[in-house]
Amino acid sequence: MILGEEDYITEEGEFVVNMGPQHPSTHGVLRLKVWLDGETIKKVEPHLGYIHRSIEKMSESLSYRQYGYLTSRMDYLSAHINNLACALVVEKSLQVEVPARAQAIRIIIGELTRIGSHLLWFASAGLDLGGVTPFFYAFREREAINSIMDENCGARLTQNFMVPGGIVYDVRPDFQSRVKEVLKQFKDNFHEYNEILTGNVIFQNRLKDVGILTKEDAIAFGCTGPTARASGLSCDIRKMYPYDGYEKLQFDEVISTGCDSWARYEVRMAEMLQSVRIIEQLIDNIPEGDIVAKTKNVIKLPKGEFYQRVETARGELGVYIVSDGGASPYRCKYRSPNFANLSAIPHIARGYKIGDLIAIMATIDLIIPDIDR
Amino acid sequence: MIGNGILLTITELVIVGLVLLVFLILLAFFLGYMERKVAAFMEIRLGPNRVGPKGTLQIVADTVKLLFKEGLTPDAADKFLFNLAPGIIITTALLAVAPIAFAKGFQIWDINIGVLYISSVSSMAVIGILMAGWSSSNKYSLIGAMRCGAQIVSYELSIGLSLVSIVVLTGSLSLNDIVESQANGWWIFKGHIPVMIAFVVFVIASTAEINRAPFDLVEADQELTGGFNTEYAGMKFAMFLMAEYINLFVVSAVAATIFLGGWMPFHIGGLTGFNHIMDYIPSSVWFFGKTLFIIFIIMQFRWTFPRLRIDQLLNLEWKYLLPISMVNVLLVTLMAIMSWHL
Repeated sequence: MILGEEDYITEEGEFVVNMGPQHPSTHGVLRLKVWLDGETIKKVEPHLGYIHRSIEKMSESLSYRQYGYLTSRMDYLSAHINNLACALVVEKSLQVEVPARAQAIRIIIGELTRIGSHLLWFASAGLDLGGVTPFFYAFREREAINSIMDENCGARLTQNFMVPGGIVYDVRPDFQSRVKEVLKQFKDNFHEYNEILTGNVIFQNRLKDVGILTKEDAIAFGCTGPTARASGLSCDIRKMYPYDGYEKLQFDEVISTGCDSWARYEVRMAEMLQSVRIIEQLIDNIPEGDIVAKTKNVIKLPKGEFYQRVETARGELGVYIVSDGGASPYRCKYRSPNFANLSAIPHIARGYKIGDLIAIMATIDLIIPDIDR
Repeated sequence: MIGNGILLTITELVIVGLVLLVFLILLAFFLGYMERKVAAFMEIRLGPNRVGPKGTLQIVADTVKLLFKEGLTPDAADKFLFNLAPGIIITTALLAVAPIAFAKGFQIWDINIGVLYISSVSSMAVIGILMAGWSSSNKYSLIGAMRCGAQIVSYELSIGLSLVSIVVLTGSLSLNDIVESQANGWWIFKGHIPVMIAFVVFVIASTAEINRAPFDLVEADQELTGGFNTEYAGMKFAMFLMAEYINLFVVSAVAATIFLGGWMPFHIGGLTGFNHIMDYIPSSVWFFGKTLFIIFIIMQFRWTFPRLRIDQLLNLEWKYLLPISMVNVLLVTLMAIMSWHL
C-alpha cells in the first residue's frame, strides 16, 4: 500500500471532512478524518500528536517528587487522581505506610475530582448535542467543587495535592463543612440534571442505540472506565485492585449492559452518586494524625520495574516505572485511559450519521491532552 | 398633474419603506437583547448587564463591532454568489413583513392573498441559504446547506397545511379578513381541538422553518462549526443574524394573527360590555403582546432542548407532523361544513 493511498476518494459521492484539530466538539486538538457519504460516516481515522509534550520523556529527568506534577497536564480533569497514581507507585516501591489521615483526604479529594470531572462531561455532553442550558446547571456545582480545590490546593485547573507519602498540605479547618455544603448542594440539584437532560425525549433518542460498543469490542480495544462499564465489563480498579484504602469503603461498581451511548450516559450519572456515597462515609471520619509519611529528602527507588493502576474519571491510568536505582525514573510510561477509549471510536462510529459521531465522542468523554501526553 | 401623483406615490413608498426598515432593525436589536435575557433567565445567570442600563446597549456595541470587522471573502468562494446570499436572505425576511397587520387598520400592504404570499416568500429563504452554503466552498457549509434544503422544504408542508385549516374556516386568504373573522373569539378558542393541533403544528414547524434550535441543524455549531454561515464575517454575518430575528418575528406574528386574533382584542361572543372594556387596550398592544408571547415560547425551545439528528428531524415531519396535519385539515373542513366552530 502506498502511504496516503487511502486518502483518495474511491467512490462517487464520497468526501472527506477533517473534524479538528480546531473543531468545537472535539474538546481539544484532536483531528478526526471522516469519510462521508452524504451524512453517513463510512470511516473515521483519528490523527494524534497535536498536543504531544513528551511528558514521559520529561519525567526521566525529574525527581520522584517532581515527575507527578506533570500528570496534572495529562487528564487535567482528573489531576488529583493522576497525581495519586504517581505517588502510589513510589510508595509501593519504597513500601511506605501512608498515614490514615492522608489516605482519607486523598480519597475525598479524588472522589470530588471524579464528581467535578463527570459534571464537566455532563455539561459538555449537553452542549455537544445542542443544549446550552445543562452546561450552566452543571457548572454551578463544578464551581463549588473547584473552590474547595482552590482553597485546599491553591489551583483550579492544574491541581497538585498528592505527594509520595501523603498530601502536601493539611486541609483547611473548614474543609469538612465546605465539602458537606457542596454535597448537599449537589444532591439537592441533581434532580435538575435529570429534568433538563435525562428525561428529555430528544436527548434520549439522540443517544439510544447509537455507538454500540459490545463487551468483546470493549475488551479488544482496551476500553476502561465508564465507557467499558457501560458495555457490561466489570473493570473498576477501585474494586478489582483496591488501593489507598478503597477496600474499606462501601460503594457499588456501576455496570450497564446497554452498550450504547445512553448506557454510557447512565453509568456516569450513577457514578457521581456513588462518589457522593464514598465521600459521605469518610467526611465525618477523617482520622487525626500526620498528613505525610517520612521519606528521605532525595527519593531513590530500588532497581526494578514498578506498576500502579488507579481508576481515574475516565478509566484505568497505569504508571509504569523502570528504575535503575537513581533519583529519577529510567523510563516512565503512562497507560492512559483516553488513548484506549479513543481507539474504539473508528470502529463504533461507522455507519452512523455526523450528529451521532458527536454523540459518541461526547459519551466516550475524551480528554485530548491525555491521549497525546 | 400625473407626474406629481407618481412622484408623491414614490415618496410615500420610500418613506414607508425606510420607516419599516428602521423599525425592523430596532426590532431585531430588541429580539437579540430579549433572547440573551431569556437565555440568562433560563440558565441561572444575569445576561448582558454592563453596556447601558441593564445591558440594553450591548447589542449596539456588538453591531458596531461587526461593522468594523473585515468582511472576508474566501479565495475559493464564488464571490458573486457569496456576497449575494446574505442580501437574498434578508430581503426574503423583510418581504414577508409586508402583509402583516400591526394594528387595527395598520397594514403595509393589504393584499388579498396574504397567507399565500407569506408562505411563498418565506420559502425563498432556502435559496439564499443554499447559495451561501454552496458558494462558500467549505464542506461544512455545504452539508449545512443541504440539510437546510431537506429541512425547509419538508416543514413547509406542515406550515402550509396548518395555515390551510384556518383559511378553510374563514374562507379568505387575506390576513385582514382572518383577523376580522375573530371578532367574536380567537380561532384557538373557537376552533376547538383541531385548531389547537394546527397551532401546535404551526409553532413546531415554523421553528424548524426558521432554523432555530432544536431544529438548527443547518448551523449546528457542534457538528458543522456554524453550517452555511461558517465563512461569513462582519456585516454579512450580521445580516444572517438579523434575518433570523426578523424571521422569528414574522412566524410569531403570523401565528398570532392566524390563531390568536392578531390585533383583535380578547372578545367573548355575546358579552358586549366585556368586549368594550377589552377594546380600550390599543390593538397594537394586543398584537405585539401576542407576538412576543409566541416569540418567548420559541426562545424557550432553544434554551431547553438538545438538537435533533437529521433523520429524526425528517421522521418528525414525514411520519408525525404531516399525517397529523392532513387528518387535521379534514377535520377542520368537516367542522367548517357543519358550522361547528361558532
